[in-house]
Amino acid sequence: MILTPEQQAMLEGAQGETMAKVMKTLVMYGETFGADKLVPVTSQYNHLVTSFGLKMMTPVFDLMQQLIDAGTLSRQKFSVDPRPLDKNVPSNFLQDLVFNKFMYSTQGSYEQQLEKLGLMNEDAFTCACYFDQVGNKPGKGEILSWAESSAVVYANSVLGARCNRNSGIMDIMGSIAGYVPHFGLLTDEGRKAAWVVKVQCKKKPEAQLLGSAIGMKVMEDVPYITGMEPWLGTDLTDEVCAYLKDFGAATASNGAVGLYHVENLTPEAKEQGRSLIAEGAKEYVIDDAELERVQKSYPVMWKNPDADPKLCFIGCPHLSMEQLISWTQRVEEGLKASGSKKVSIPTVFTTAPAVLKEFEKTPYAPRLKAAGVVLSYICPLMYMNNPLCAKMRVITCSNKLRTYTTARYYTEEEILAKITKGGK
Amino acid sequence: MRQFQGRVVAPGTVTAPALVSHGGLNTLASFQKALQFGDKKATCGDQNNPDLYGKEMLGKALCLPQTIGSTTGGLVLYCACAMERQPACMLFSKPIDSLAAAGSILASVWLEGVSMPVVDNLGDEFLEYVKEGMTVTVKDGGLVCVE
Repeated sequence: MILTPEQQAMLEGAQGETMAKVMKTLVMYGETFGADKLVPVTSQYNHLVTSFGLKMMTPVFDLMQQLIDAGTLSRQKFSVDPRPLDKNVPSNFLQDLVFNKFMYSTQGSYEQQLEKLGLMNEDAFTCACYFDQVGNKPGKGEILSWAESSAVVYANSVLGARCNRNSGIMDIMGSIAGYVPHFGLLTDEGRKAAWVVKVQCKKKPEAQLLGSAIGMKVMEDVPYITGMEPWLGTDLTDEVCAYLKDFGAATASNGAVGLYHVENLTPEAKEQGRSLIAEGAKEYVIDDAELERVQKSYPVMWKNPDADPKLCFIGCPHLSMEQLISWTQRVEEGLKASGSKKVSIPTVFTTAPAVLKEFEKTPYAPRLKAAGVVLSYICPLMYMNNPLCAKMRVITCSNKLRTYTTARYYTEEEILAKITKGGK
Repeated sequence: MRQFQGRVVAPGTVTAPALVSHGGLNTLASFQKALQFGDKKATCGDQNNPDLYGKEMLGKALCLPQTIGSTTGGLVLYCACAMERQPACMLFSKPIDSLAAAGSILASVWLEGVSMPVVDNLGDEFLEYVKEGMTVTVKDGGLVCVE
């Protein structure tokens, strides 16, 4: 890798020993992937994945403190993934005790570290930092040092920014140095598709199922997806962006997809068309039967698969304003059809704090509350990462939540039927 | 016995029993329980990985194609190394992915006295040949012996 004189000086300690270690980390990272140079980070803000003060992450907090003590701080302000706790989310005494006294006992001190390192503001806790209400929405072609798999794949695919699937900690290294290694999804070649995915479904494919199927098949490769125009059209409307958000999160968590192209829809596919497809690309055909096969392959982690669910999470990744409104209407219609007034299973909708505040100003907020749905900024994944919640029978339409927890996956329609009409 | 030549990502030598995943290793799903709830043997918690689910990863020669999933993967691996709950080595049949690379590089640069040799590019044949329980030796220069 060829470094500029300034970068070489940083590596050799001109800005202190800690900055030298940051540069060494970035150089080793780049050299592993054949990077030819370090390029400047050009986005206004960064996004970090590590938002949770889990005791198990003490080594991370120690590293963060090393950075703070050395004055080696982020050159960009940043948003960060959602908080793991919210008192509005149903929990019992034992869970509260475990959450606050043991698991997340370092949450407060870690948030203080984040403030010192460059947190945007106290509302900047969300996995969907690119929502307009949050304000961390990079432009096409901008170079990022982000982590959070669902945010990275959205930024690359829907916004046309350029970012590798950086790990937590590596995200802030790039932001501190102001540079990231030039390889993979930062390069034109790395953004070419190694797979052509032909969607031949007869009905609109469930975003989270389609993403799961593609992620499991292509793993870390870039897919070029055809056949979606009947359902998604050719414009990135709010509804389409929400679909792509959920779709991308599933590709990234069920596989390791960092970028996808949707024909005639996503920015690079619109500009470059099928020239984005690499020579020798493999083919994967998806029809309704294939999606059904994928859904049936998910293991059910409940001790008694026939038992009633106890909690429902919707919003992993966080729901957009458009989705909150749409879900409110669908829940109301479902309740009306079943002659019910409130959801039959405790249900939590999760969204970004800034979206939550805006939603509260709309007439939909009291309607959602009247339906018995709890609105929260929590990270459901972090909420469920403990033995107590792991035993809870949680249902979700998030494939990411299903992948990392014991939550049971259902399609949106299935979830809606369960929370508005009850049933198993 | 067969030998496979790969590329060194993190240096070191070690001999350990093989643990083999034919699918991608979801680092967060695999290690989170082990790190969070005191399981010192790092029992794999990834329900989607039938090869590894419920098996102890500590001290094993973890043979796999690549890691997948959340971008917390690298820091989870970093924490596993810091808490001494890491595999003896990680041996990738494919080129290493960015998350596993980050975890091993962060451990190498920021942790004192931690050893987890990492070799990638060992080829599909390596993963076809190696079976759980076989003895794997990582030598200098990315040479891996399986017997």
